[in-house]
Amino acid sequence: MALLSEKVRQEVEHILEGLKGGVKLVVFTQEFECPTCEDNRMLMEELAACSSKIQIEVLDFVRDKEKAELYKLDKIPATVVEGKEDYGIRFYGVPGGYEFASLLHAITMVSSGSSTLSPKTKEQLKRLSKPVHIQVFVTHTCPYCPEVVQLAHEMALESPLITSDMVNAAEFPHLNHKYDIFVVPKTIINETIQFAGAVPESEFLKHVLKAEKR
Amino acid sequence: MEFIVPAELKAVPVEEAKCYDVIIIGAGPAGMTAAVYAARKKLDTLVISKDVGGQTLLAPGVETYMGYQYITGAELMRKFEEQVRQFPIALEINDEVVKLLRDENRFTVRTATGKKFTGRSVIIASGRRARSLNVPRERELIGRGVSYCATCDAPLFGGLDVAVVGSGNPALTAVNELTKCARKVYTIARSAIKADAVLREKAERSGKVEFVVGYAVKEIQGGDKVERIVLKQTAGDKELVLDVRGVFIEIGATPNVAFAKELAELSESNEIRVDCDCKTSVAGLFAAGDVTTVPEKQIIIAAGEGAKAALSAYQYLIEA
Repeated sequence: MALLSEKVRQEVEHILEGLKGGVKLVVFTQEFECPTCEDNRMLMEELAACSSKIQIEVLDFVRDKEKAELYKLDKIPATVVEGKEDYGIRFYGVPGGYEFASLLHAITMVSSGSSTLSPKTKEQLKRLSKPVHIQVFVTHTCPYCPEVVQLAHEMALESPLITSDMVNAAEFPHLNHKYDIFVVPKTIINETIQFAGAVPESEFLKHVLKAEKR
Repeated sequence: MEFIVPAELKAVPVEEAKCYDVIIIGAGPAGMTAAVYAARKKLDTLVISKDVGGQTLLAPGVETYMGYQYITGAELMRKFEEQVRQFPIALEINDEVVKLLRDENRFTVRTATGKKFTGRSVIIASGRRARSLNVPRERELIGRGVSYCATCDAPLFGGLDVAVVGSGNPALTAVNELTKCARKVYTIARSAIKADAVLREKAERSGKVEFVVGYAVKEIQGGDKVERIVLKQTAGDKELVLDVRGVFIEIGATPNVAFAKELAELSESNEIRVDCDCKTSVAGLFAAGDVTTVPEKQIIIAAGEGAKAALSAYQYLIEA
């Protein structure tokens, strides 16, 4: 049975009609799929079927270890959203609920190859000299989370040094324990900076720049 | 699993240079309904809001909005948004009004991102935000076990013991969300449970809920995360200590009026005083929904008030 209802599928098709360039969804699962791995693979396959501009590659986290390492993935289900290149945009766990909007945002953004960040933010991001890893922990029921995920993904698109992950907290309890995730959205940058809640672009940028200096 | 598709964006440019007929502050049920009514009257309309949907986004299920026997808050707000986007309404979203001023016959609105907008009239529909308990350690432990959003954070407390503080419908709604994942849910109420019987019965059926009635929270304890709460009898001195990892505070909400405090007349409980036409004490300034003195904070009432406010603003503008 399809995950996307007919109504949602039609809406998605309509949104994806506007795609400019090609998009590749690289989906990591494993031979004996965990329940959410299966859901995630099915979701991505259904999405790919909504537009001729979207390609999908399903890989095995164990058998295709080299590829997983190449993408620097450490857990599944994982999805890389690529455009002309790999911009460092990752989804760990199923992007369901409100996060479905973040997935559609990532697809349309990499397809166009441009973000909506302000010129000032883009300029500051060019000055980064070290890798920055952003993890945004979310739940499907959090209406404030997509704003943060999308902001982080936009920064990843603009800077080759930034990798940005959406992490569905409900699917990775060990990470909730590791990072003390008791609230969403919660953002962890380079393991050293963490903050809760949705923040404006300028404040998010400050955290990114601060993390690079640590 | 639900998949929420964002409403399609119809870009109406937001312009700082122009003077809007009406600026609507807030995009919950009241603000969005006001926007549709204003646009249908061909008023040049700007909506400024942190989000689209307001507190309704956090409602897991709505069973009292006519026309829908059951709908999630998110889905209902998406339908509202779709309707708003049918009209040429400028939307300044992910921004927040920090100051509202009146100068001659114009209102000036300043936002958190540094923008400045001008309007001939303003409708405040900024809603409310969760009230805090004001007990020791509550503030420091926000995001470390203290939460004001069970809808958002409940999945993080799988298998853990938690407490919900409050006795009304929002509290019991939170309890019912938490029973889906937590091991045990204490429900702490100063006096009797006031929530609708249907919500209480659902909580009881889960077998996970223990009602602790007649107690108030004295303090929340823990190092860098919540470890326990200390309760004190409301009509006695007995104290109780509960080992919990989460404390969900659902004791009502306080109006979002900080930006308008110096302009609009407020009630003792900080609500904007309005008359039957949604007029405030200031000519050209209207208010609607949960931020006002109108009793009963319900989605359907807020939407109706939003419609009234827009029609009153229209009347004001054609007479001005």
